[in-house]
Amino acid sequence: MIEALTALLLFQLVGELAARAAQLPVPGPVVGLALLFLYLRWRGEASEGLRQAAAMLHGHMSLLFVPAGVGVMLYYPQLAREWLVILASVLVSTLVGIGVTAWVLGRLVDRRPPAGDRQGSEGPAP
Amino acid sequence: MKPEFFQLWVYLSATPLFGLAATLAAYCVGLWVARRAGLHPLANPVAIAVLVLVAVFALTGVPYPQYFEGAQFVHFLLGPATVALAVPLFAQLPALRRHRWPLLLALVCGGVASALTAVGVAWLLGASEETMLSLLPKSVTAPIAMGIAEQIGGNPALTAVYCVTTGILGAVLSRYVFSACGVRSPIARGFSLGTAAHGIGTARAFQESDEAGAFAGLALGLHGLIAALVVPAAVALFRGL
Repeated sequence: MIEALTALLLFQLVGELAARAAQLPVPGPVVGLALLFLYLRWRGEASEGLRQAAAMLHGHMSLLFVPAGVGVMLYYPQLAREWLVILASVLVSTLVGIGVTAWVLGRLVDRRPPAGDRQGSEGPAP
Repeated sequence: MKPEFFQLWVYLSATPLFGLAATLAAYCVGLWVARRAGLHPLANPVAIAVLVLVAVFALTGVPYPQYFEGAQFVHFLLGPATVALAVPLFAQLPALRRHRWPLLLALVCGGVASALTAVGVAWLLGASEETMLSLLPKSVTAPIAMGIAEQIGGNPALTAVYCVTTGILGAVLSRYVFSACGVRSPIARGFSLGTAAHGIGTARAFQESDEAGAFAGLALGLHGLIAALVVPAAVALFRGL
């Protein structure tokens, strides 16, 4: 478990360094995610410890957003001025964004028969 | 308040222990309420914890920077948790390969729809230009959205606030959108949560299943990457017209 947590922090560190060095518009942890993904593809499997560490971090991931959420109180004056516009914009666009993505993907993914049902399994259709 | 108690309070509220304990305790309250409500989507643990903490700090006068002294330890874990998204993603590699084009198409449609409706509604209601530009990238994960806002002339701090609000609303309301659209596939549910409600949406997707969480994490990363490259160029092009 300690090895896995160390690995996660090291990948984050390398991601952070790479993002700064190459002046990428993407944060270090996202670069670290990509690097760890490539590493796992190269290794061919994720170790038990890594899987446990990931499960631990993702099991209560919503807890990690509480400090940032409380930060909303810092901007109370600005938010109070345009609250109706902001709430309407955020609400509508979030509902539309989720709806459009889910609908497009739901149609495309659900229409495809499961791999086992396809004639000739993996080959392209004649 | 008795003087001794007051002194103890002043001491405690100035140590990191206070902010850390308060964050975990408020989250436990949020979990407890969510469980009592039969995991009803409106009883979102993050939203409840934030409301509890904001109310407590408004009453006691604890300023946010003092609270963050302790809360930063929890906040810090967002980094390793983001890196660790590679693990469930790796486990979903076959499905990822099989659906790569539908995923990309859905991401572009959802990302464009989110950005256009965010700006469109704000414009219709007469928002200032700074507000519209701060709202434009709010469906992207907060650190990337703040960078985009800075580049296009928005206010990065307010963009972060819109990101948090977006994530919470997405987590709370997604289930109703899915049943309205008749979407049952965990891939579609997770991926759309990551596309339109980034990190908090991903946390919600992990509550549904590891599969949904993996695709939410993928969408979060891809949406951030594409938006960071495309949005500043698109805004510059629009201004040039």
